[in-house]
Amino acid sequence: METIHKIKSNTSEQKTSKPPLQGTERENISGSEAVMRALACEKVDTIFGYPGGAIMPIYDALYDHVKKVNHILVRHEQGAIHAAQGYARTSGKVGVVFATSGPGATNLVTGLADAMIDSTPVVCVTGQVYAHLLGTDAFQETDVINITTPVTKWNYQVTDATEIPSVMAKAFYIAGSGRPGPVVIDITKNAQLQKFDFDGYKKIDHIRSYRPKPIVRKKYVEEAAKLINSAEKPFVIFGQGVILGKAENEFKQFIEKGGLPTAWTIMGMSAIPTDHPLAVGMLGMHGNYGPNVLTNDCDVLIAVGMRFDDRVTGRLDKYAKQAKVIHLDIDPAEIDKNVKTTVSVWGDCKETLPLLTELIEQKVHPQWLERFHEFQKKEEETCIIPELNPTSETLSMGEVIKLLNELTHGDAVMVTDVGQHQMVACRYTKLNHTKSNITSGGLGTMGFALPAAIGAKFGAPNRTVIAVIGDGGFQMTIQELGTVMQSQVNIKIIVLNNNFLGMVRQWQQLFHDRRYSFVEISSPDFVQVAKGYHIDGRCVSKREELNDALTAMLDHKGPYVLEVMVGKENNVFPMVPQGCSVAEIRLK
Amino acid sequence: MSKQEYTVTVYTENQVGLLNRIAIIFSRRKINIDSLNTSPSEVAGVHRFTIVINETEDVVRKLCRQIEKQVEVLKAYYNTNDEIVWQELAMYKVPTDVIAEKVKVERLLREYGARAVAIRKDYIVFETSGHREEIDALIKALEPFGLIEFVRSARVAIIKTSNGFHEKLKEFEYREPSEEVIENEYLNETEKEKIFSM
Repeated sequence: METIHKIKSNTSEQKTSKPPLQGTERENISGSEAVMRALACEKVDTIFGYPGGAIMPIYDALYDHVKKVNHILVRHEQGAIHAAQGYARTSGKVGVVFATSGPGATNLVTGLADAMIDSTPVVCVTGQVYAHLLGTDAFQETDVINITTPVTKWNYQVTDATEIPSVMAKAFYIAGSGRPGPVVIDITKNAQLQKFDFDGYKKIDHIRSYRPKPIVRKKYVEEAAKLINSAEKPFVIFGQGVILGKAENEFKQFIEKGGLPTAWTIMGMSAIPTDHPLAVGMLGMHGNYGPNVLTNDCDVLIAVGMRFDDRVTGRLDKYAKQAKVIHLDIDPAEIDKNVKTTVSVWGDCKETLPLLTELIEQKVHPQWLERFHEFQKKEEETCIIPELNPTSETLSMGEVIKLLNELTHGDAVMVTDVGQHQMVACRYTKLNHTKSNITSGGLGTMGFALPAAIGAKFGAPNRTVIAVIGDGGFQMTIQELGTVMQSQVNIKIIVLNNNFLGMVRQWQQLFHDRRYSFVEISSPDFVQVAKGYHIDGRCVSKREELNDALTAMLDHKGPYVLEVMVGKENNVFPMVPQGCSVAEIRLK
Repeated sequence: MSKQEYTVTVYTENQVGLLNRIAIIFSRRKINIDSLNTSPSEVAGVHRFTIVINETEDVVRKLCRQIEKQVEVLKAYYNTNDEIVWQELAMYKVPTDVIAEKVKVERLLREYGARAVAIRKDYIVFETSGHREEIDALIKALEPFGLIEFVRSARVAIIKTSNGFHEKLKEFEYREPSEEVIENEYLNETEKEKIFSM
């Protein structure tokens, strides 16, 4: 037997701290300056943040860099992280947040949880009290690392400035690679102030204990291709993985070659144009009729970059039991987590999809696709036409979205909050370009849309960004109108006001005998509120005003708030009631 | 699928906060950890967690994948009791006068292979190691003779078929990111022996 051999622990930190480059002098700089240098090397152009005591040295260093980096002062740290999420989602880059210790950091937690569950790359730099005060219940001290551990992909507390370059490099690498996610770097004030010899910032692309991309096993790709080729009723469902993997073209080629009917999850929406001939709509609780029912009729179900959330699967023991399931995902932990797969192809879909496309036969499935269209017709009669062309006196949410489609031609970025309006917007919005649907899918965070739209605009400055928000969600982060005002963020805000917390009211109506428990919500005069922030606005409640109002909003130079009064007790259908299978979706 | 005892072995980087990161994977799912041990491993700089839980294989497999997903975790394995060699260590504090007077106690300690690690006028501390049942049996036997204090360690376990972590670590360490990385090679081989089934 061999004796224990000692392998030198070669950590990634050591790997990255090579001797300084020739010709460059070692500079003596502060930890805070090192943070700013790191951001510059990572090509960060926008920071969303809010200063405070424990992060003041970093804000002081920022003062010298304001020509190169744009700092957006938000009104609440939750707004900062949602904005960073919106930025990350439209730009495909890592969003960056600054917040102070204690309440500054705890205000980030909702956004961290949201970014975690929706795989959004965000790096949050939080200030922390001096290292010698840690654990003493110092002013504005909280145990940020432990509070954020369950809702971060990685977090780290820096107490020594010399660690900053390598830790920041790790943070950006971890946040953006593999299945992306949020990272918190908590830096004590002494480390921010500490001077040290800076020998340059090196981006990293390897950490020995971290495997962002599983290798692709050709064997499983071949098996998957065989299954797809033998299928008579294949059905593709995809999620945000396609967008995160920047694999939209690869995905399109895949479904087009195989002639595969394709549905998206709410997070996957916009990866292919919503009017693509093979697109059959949205999955899930308030998704389309055909894709839900036919999930339980297809013979091969091909899931790409999605995680079989319970809102997508409905009752799991009655989900696609007849089908052979192929699951393509970058995260091995997602394989077999909820739905048992026949063939799992783990890997980056940017790599796996082309391999698969090469092996599948060029095919069309006209009869099978026609079945989706038949269901579509039924859905149109019962749900879609009444929603988009209502005969009621009051406006419906759907007709607002329909008009918006006509005016934007599907070229805008749609940011939605959470609730009925979110479902209606995602059901009916036409989107032609990827990274156009920004919503809080996994966590369902009310108050997400306004700050996320701010960030989305900075991530895609040349695109029209429209935030569709309910009257409840708008009031949760309405203070971010201050950010819109101060930074002159050109976003269009549509508040669909039904004077109710509509989704909860709908559930109370359907499942709790109309016992409307605390769902009636009053609102301030939103137009007046906007005026107070020097933002133009208008409120409409009549059909004949709607087109004019939407056109005026879109033509307006600068931010705009359009409040639309809609039917108080409208419901969103179809609906898969909780505890039912996807095939039991109700049209009314 | 029925529940049984599984020993989860996790190789990790040595970093503050990682214990919490791993522990919350269990507590989030309301799974009780029966025993947890952290120690250095055969490789310098690499830590080894040994965690014992009572769960179904399906749950344990998913837990291991969640553990491996953590940035600082190198590898997680799970094994049933027949796939490992394992020990726990226990210490018993017994009054010296009883031991001195009662021959029976002495015989008892011999039988259980207990060893005195501290001898004082007023008490003696014995230690023994073994499987939990063996340790528990000695408590039962000592109780009538005035057992003052008892403590048992977490389980430590060696995986019978493991070749150690050196080779594995080399793969992790020296491979450039662009090269193929062998990992989760057992993911799809459920038919295979259960050892190293991640």
